[in-house]
Amino acid sequence: MATVWYCLVALMIAGYVILDGFDLGAGILHFSVGRTESQRRRVIRSIGPVWDGNEVWLLAGGGTLYFAFPGLYASSFSGFYLPLMMVLWLLIVRGVAVEFRNHLEDNLWRPFFDALFMLASALLAIFYGAALGNVIRGVPLDSSGTFFLPLWTNFQTGKDAGILDWYTVLVGLLAFVTLAVHGALWIAVKNEDLLQHRARIIAKWAWSAIAVLTAAVTLATFRVQPLVLHNLTTYIWGWVFPDLALAGLIAMLVFILRGDDLKAFLSSCAFIAGMLTSAVFGIYPYVLPSNTDPRLGLTIASTQTSPYGLSVALVWWIPGMLLVLAYSVFIYRHFAGKVRLEEEGY
Amino acid sequence: MGLALLIFVLKSIALKTGDDHYNHAARFWIKIFAIAFAVGVVTGIPMEFQFGTNWSRFSKYAGGLIGQTLAMEGVFAFFLESSFLGLLIYGENRLGRKLHWLVSLVLFAGTWLSGFFIVATDAWMQHPVAYTQGRDGLLVLRSFWGLILNPWTFWMYLHNMLGTVVTASFVMASAGAFYLLAKKQEEYGRIFVRTGVIAAAIASVLMLFPTGDRQGVMIARFQPATLAAMEGLFETAEGAPIAIVGQPDMDKRKLDNPLLVPRALSFLTYQKWAAKVKGLDAFDPKDQPDGIPLLYYSYHIMVGLGTLFIAVMLVSLWLLRQGRIYQSRPWLWVLMLSLPFPFIANTAGWMTAELGRQPWLIYGLMRTAAGPSMNVSSGNTLFTLLGFMGMYALLAMLFLFLMRREFDHGPEPWYEASEPQPGPGFSSRGASTPLP
Repeated sequence: MATVWYCLVALMIAGYVILDGFDLGAGILHFSVGRTESQRRRVIRSIGPVWDGNEVWLLAGGGTLYFAFPGLYASSFSGFYLPLMMVLWLLIVRGVAVEFRNHLEDNLWRPFFDALFMLASALLAIFYGAALGNVIRGVPLDSSGTFFLPLWTNFQTGKDAGILDWYTVLVGLLAFVTLAVHGALWIAVKNEDLLQHRARIIAKWAWSAIAVLTAAVTLATFRVQPLVLHNLTTYIWGWVFPDLALAGLIAMLVFILRGDDLKAFLSSCAFIAGMLTSAVFGIYPYVLPSNTDPRLGLTIASTQTSPYGLSVALVWWIPGMLLVLAYSVFIYRHFAGKVRLEEEGY
Repeated sequence: MGLALLIFVLKSIALKTGDDHYNHAARFWIKIFAIAFAVGVVTGIPMEFQFGTNWSRFSKYAGGLIGQTLAMEGVFAFFLESSFLGLLIYGENRLGRKLHWLVSLVLFAGTWLSGFFIVATDAWMQHPVAYTQGRDGLLVLRSFWGLILNPWTFWMYLHNMLGTVVTASFVMASAGAFYLLAKKQEEYGRIFVRTGVIAAAIASVLMLFPTGDRQGVMIARFQPATLAAMEGLFETAEGAPIAIVGQPDMDKRKLDNPLLVPRALSFLTYQKWAAKVKGLDAFDPKDQPDGIPLLYYSYHIMVGLGTLFIAVMLVSLWLLRQGRIYQSRPWLWVLMLSLPFPFIANTAGWMTAELGRQPWLIYGLMRTAAGPSMNVSSGNTLFTLLGFMGMYALLAMLFLFLMRREFDHGPEPWYEASEPQPGPGFSSRGASTPLP
């Protein structure tokens, strides 16, 4: 039962990264594709009706993690105290920036809020990547299952590693380019003419950066966390996850070159899902490995709540999420099609 | 949450009477709602995180229970709210009257569902039920329905939701009074005053009775030390009085300058004039709330303001029936200036609930001192506290700035029924464009 919830939480996190990922990516590219005010408005309009709904996935995923694995929630959220708080600040700044750039008819302040929006989006992408890097690398857990990490130490991955070391920064960079391309493809799907053209060019060139960084991160992961390779060689079926990522990566390039934006975007979703599930599979049965002593790592079994709590939650979770899926589909269909500026809203 | 109900009411009147002015009025309040919602979301996200970051020992201990209600809030309420708010703002043209009305109903349901789960979480901390000790002594869920149907939740939820309705309806009446006094948008001013006054009158009365009264009885039964501290009752007494005014003196353990209603506390609590009510002297100091004066004042501010709200709104209702309220400038001034007080009363009410629970984090099970994260140093929490203070101060200023703008701009200009009706699109001025 706990393993089921392990998968469900992973699913929700993947859902969050894929959905909020494209609006973070659109934020990163806000200035690169939007050179004039009306172009930038189109970028914002592309994500306008859905970005805050996408952020709800973070809350729902967090809540699910909280009740299913209270031990993990308590340990990781307090251990990653500073970076999490900064993520919160960035989320606030980003939300405020996007609201205000729309509300102020002011040519002096608009670029300021646009810049804040871009900066916060970019930093969030890097932080999320670095967070994933930390989970894969492991943290210095003590016997009570807690830890506290400084932001950085000597940038080495050893026992004294901080939140940022060469490995987690590398994963952060991969997350940055991946989400930038993800956002570019979404902008291309939602727009026409010049914006679509610019987004496609960015996607094409940044794709090679994804490919190079993916290779580098994969090799580095095998070195930093031997468990990943061990799991892949022990459970052959687990290859389906990295294969999904690889297939998504290749399909992304094919469709970018063909100019089929929607399919390229969906391939990018597959790539992100494949990478995240590979990471989750790679550290199984741990939920937070230790980088000092493997016996201290937090596992599914050591952090889960009671089987009763987990089973009863399945009864409300499944219909609840089906409902969410149903009206998400409705909302996305409602706002489908290319952005038109003359319509109501901004 | 309160505004979501009022928007639904305005949309319902528009649908039923076919009077499109109510749709315009609703559209104006949807913009206000959207600003408040955005600020609520960005300040609400940190609260869920803080369970783990700052209260990790509490989260580890009780996460199997309170995580359940918090996750349900995410899955059932947050998705509903954020998705349908987009439709409410952007979708009026495409959806048509009936569907748009339905969207306002869904949004109302979403916000009230959200309120239920968060109150259920807090109610469990006030009155823990449906748990059992699992391995390692951590709490695990014993009965799902026991958690959802916690008896504490029912009255607390209703009391809290009525508080939101009081707030929203005072804001609406106050805005209406402002437009009438400023002699602009007077037609909308009348709609706002009328709707606000009726809603506020009903909600303020229900706030006191039965919801407030029932909560008091529950506190007397399950948190007797809290009751004594709230009421400033230092000594156990038969036929205990209620203090209307007075300042708790913690050194001499008595109430200074008291204005008392004899025997009232005994009667309100136990329905007997001579019933014995336990004072603070009946409890070990380590089981008494830590901040007794603050708790005492919070409670008295809440009750005092609540009583004033009933008085103000009953007079308003009477003036409304007489048809004099729109011309009575002094009374419109009273309505307009009443704006901040429901916010103060709500804050005081929550302070009463949370200070009253002290020294417990989970009443009777875990003391507050046992809850925080020990691995996070105080230097780090001070750093983030300062960061949040700065950020929230900025947010508060931006919030007031945007609200001021919207209220200055007001609803779209009134039109006569013979004129062609303007479409539901927002005016082209940037200031009036809605939030996503």
